[in-house]
Amino acid sequence: MSKVSKSPWLLHYDASSCNGCDIEVLDCLTPKYDIERFGIINTGDPFQADILLITGGVNSQTESVVKQIYSQMPEPKVVVAVGICACTGGVFKECYNIKGGIDTVIPVDVYVPGCAARPESIIDGVVKALQILDEKQTALRQNGGDS
Amino acid sequence: MMNVVFVIAYLVLAPFIGGLLDGVDRIISARMQRRKGPGLLQPFYDLGKLFSKEMIAVNNVQLLLNLSYLVILMIAGSMLFAGADLLMVLFILSTADMFLIMAASSDSSPYANMGASREMLQMMAYEPLTLLVAVGFYLTTGSFHVGDIIREPVSAVAWMPGLLVGFMFTTAIKFRKSPFDLSTSHHAHQEMVKGITTEMSGTTLAIMNIAEYYEMVLLFGIFFLFFVNSTWWSWIVAFVICGVIFFLETLWDNVSARVKWKTLLYSCWSVTLVAGGVNILILMLVK
Ligand code: SF4
Repeated sequence: MSKVSKSPWLLHYDASSCNGCDIEVLDCLTPKYDIERFGIINTGDPFQADILLITGGVNSQTESVVKQIYSQMPEPKVVVAVGICACTGGVFKECYNIKGGIDTVIPVDVYVPGCAARPESIIDGVVKALQILDEKQTALRQNGGDS
Repeated sequence: MMNVVFVIAYLVLAPFIGGLLDGVDRIISARMQRRKGPGLLQPFYDLGKLFSKEMIAVNNVQLLLNLSYLVILMIAGSMLFAGADLLMVLFILSTADMFLIMAASSDSSPYANMGASREMLQMMAYEPLTLLVAVGFYLTTGSFHVGDIIREPVSAVAWMPGLLVGFMFTTAIKFRKSPFDLSTSHHAHQEMVKGITTEMSGTTLAIMNIAEYYEMVLLFGIFFLFFVNSTWWSWIVAFVICGVIFFLETLWDNVSARVKWKTLLYSCWSVTLVAGGVNILILMLVK
């Protein structure tokens, strides 16, 4: 059967990032890093995405959005938190409006540290997420019939 | 007998040819942007993945409508490859597109609905020229039948170069290529998410993709008609020229930015009028 990791489509959401990490995410698409060579497409559509890549910590305004996007993605899916803000809240952790890292709202599979996270480590994180994606697909097949 | 072979070959091979062409397209695009790009078989991995994903149905008709889109395209293509009436093929082709529009407007997403109305606009843009192409073939060969057209002693393109240029211009819409990829796009980050395909996922999207592959092969079949004649070598020439046309469409996709809908409509209609209309006029006077 086909592996989902052969064609991972990626959805990028900025939860409250300072844009530093977002620029680095976009860097991954440039000729130098070219994540499309892994078959990755940066799609804007949660219905078609397999990997949710989030930058920045969750605040009170983006909490519901993060939850909604996550719930719109079909299984199997993985979440990658990019940048220290997305991992723990980072420098904004103590702010009155910040809830903390992404894992305070939805389950996160891979944490990519850095401020801003380097394109190399983002790609490493995504590649790691691909293994988890395959494991999830296998698990889903075993107990979920043919889906 | 030959007809049956052609139709079966079309029905079986079109998704593979379409997928391979898509793979080649992505590689060429990547090289034009100085990237490595995905592998040749990437579109097939994509399809495999889409079929294996969890099924999220936004309503209970979208899958059915997409399936109708696929089936009607298969019928249109089969008729072309069976050597039937070209006019009929083009009419059925437009009918197929209506099902896609219905599929997109059946869900509640405003992006999909916007994509649907843009798709309709695109139809308005390319439809006049498509019909003129059929008329052109009739004036040139005296028949709408594909079987007759390919048995002419001289390739149709000799009489209808303007229509060929116009058809190349408007098929960029059908191939969903920039600058005319208004209703949906292969590229992310646009103003309306994924347009008509916004709420399609998994199997539904895979079916839509396969249908597009059928359509792609069908359109190249029509390009083919411009060049084939009764000689055997004209088939080889037609193959090569179709390859060149494919490359030109990819090139155009990469060097142009998407236009506004008015520009789309006016440019397509101008090309129809100038390239298509003049060509038809000359045909009517000379032939
Ligand atoms: S980790 Fe640094 S660069 Fe990234 S969003 Fe936070 S503050 Fe900005």
